[in-house]
Amino acid sequence: MSSFCEDETIAIWSCRSGSREAFEAIVKRHMKDAYFIALGLVGNHEDALELSQEAFFRAYRNIKQLSSEGKFFPWFYQILRNLCFSHLRKRRLRQADSLDEFKENNIQVQAQDLFDPGVVAERNEDKDRIWKAIGQLDEKHREVIILRHFRNLSYEEISKILFCNTGTVTSRLYYARKRLKEILDREKGGR
Amino acid sequence: MTCRNYKDLMMAYLDNEIDDEQKRAFEEHLASCTQCTRELKEFEKLKQLTDNVKLIEPEDRIWEQYWGNVYNRVERSLGWILFSVAAILLTIYGGFELIENIIRDQTVGMLLKVALLVLIAGLAILFVSVLRERVYFWKKDRYRDVRR
Repeated sequence: MSSFCEDETIAIWSCRSGSREAFEAIVKRHMKDAYFIALGLVGNHEDALELSQEAFFRAYRNIKQLSSEGKFFPWFYQILRNLCFSHLRKRRLRQADSLDEFKENNIQVQAQDLFDPGVVAERNEDKDRIWKAIGQLDEKHREVIILRHFRNLSYEEISKILFCNTGTVTSRLYYARKRLKEILDREKGGR
Repeated sequence: MTCRNYKDLMMAYLDNEIDDEQKRAFEEHLASCTQCTRELKEFEKLKQLTDNVKLIEPEDRIWEQYWGNVYNRVERSLGWILFSVAAILLTIYGGFELIENIIRDQTVGMLLKVALLVLIAGLAILFVSVLRERVYFWKKDRYRDVRR
């Protein structure tokens, strides 16, 4: 673990001096985490791939803002989540605009849910329902669910990434799961 | 402690992030609180369902091309910066050449020459004004280091 941290500190130091090889090593070390977190936040493969790569590009461009002793991933995660949330807000605005256009033309439409169940392995009805319900959580709640359930991070690791204490993580998880349960119950009742 | 205090412990208990002392205290509370016991069972079911959801691992090809795609963005951004700087320099040079030719051209009327100089002066004043305003607000912006 200490050698992992030392390697990363050296790699960050080299990146700050402009080394692309060092940044390549950092990207390769974190690309899967970045992709799967983005997938959990935006819900489909294409956007997750695009946004995670864009986040790495922005991290490279701003690497001098990260102190050489600083941990790369918590800092990078802030870039990634901001990109993902900003992408979701734009997508919602686009959807709202297109819904208005359809309403003006008296065409019946339902809001498109872009949380694609096609990214779930060995799909069944329960898994699809959970994935869709995660897509309906608000951003703050969705991210703790993703970090805990899909990246298996401990409370300590989540608190470092979110720059908060473990008490806040626990509390957010409680409300996130409660909300998830409400969404699932509501959908079950609605069927 | 009230049930509300045990809610946080419930999550830590559910995720096995609890120490022995807290675990004992929580289990004692569960023995006397049917509401928390019921809620815990519901959360256990939800956790099991959520843990069963696994996301598809993309093909190896995606990971092999991943760094290449990030690198392309880095390279292209450098290309765009160089292109933009060159385009701005060439436009300024071309503009000055054009203006110089018009001013020196004896066949062009005086009115057009004056109008052109006034237009340039106006543009210069606007540019300096906007630039000064930007610099002023940038210096006063307490949140300039906050990533948006």
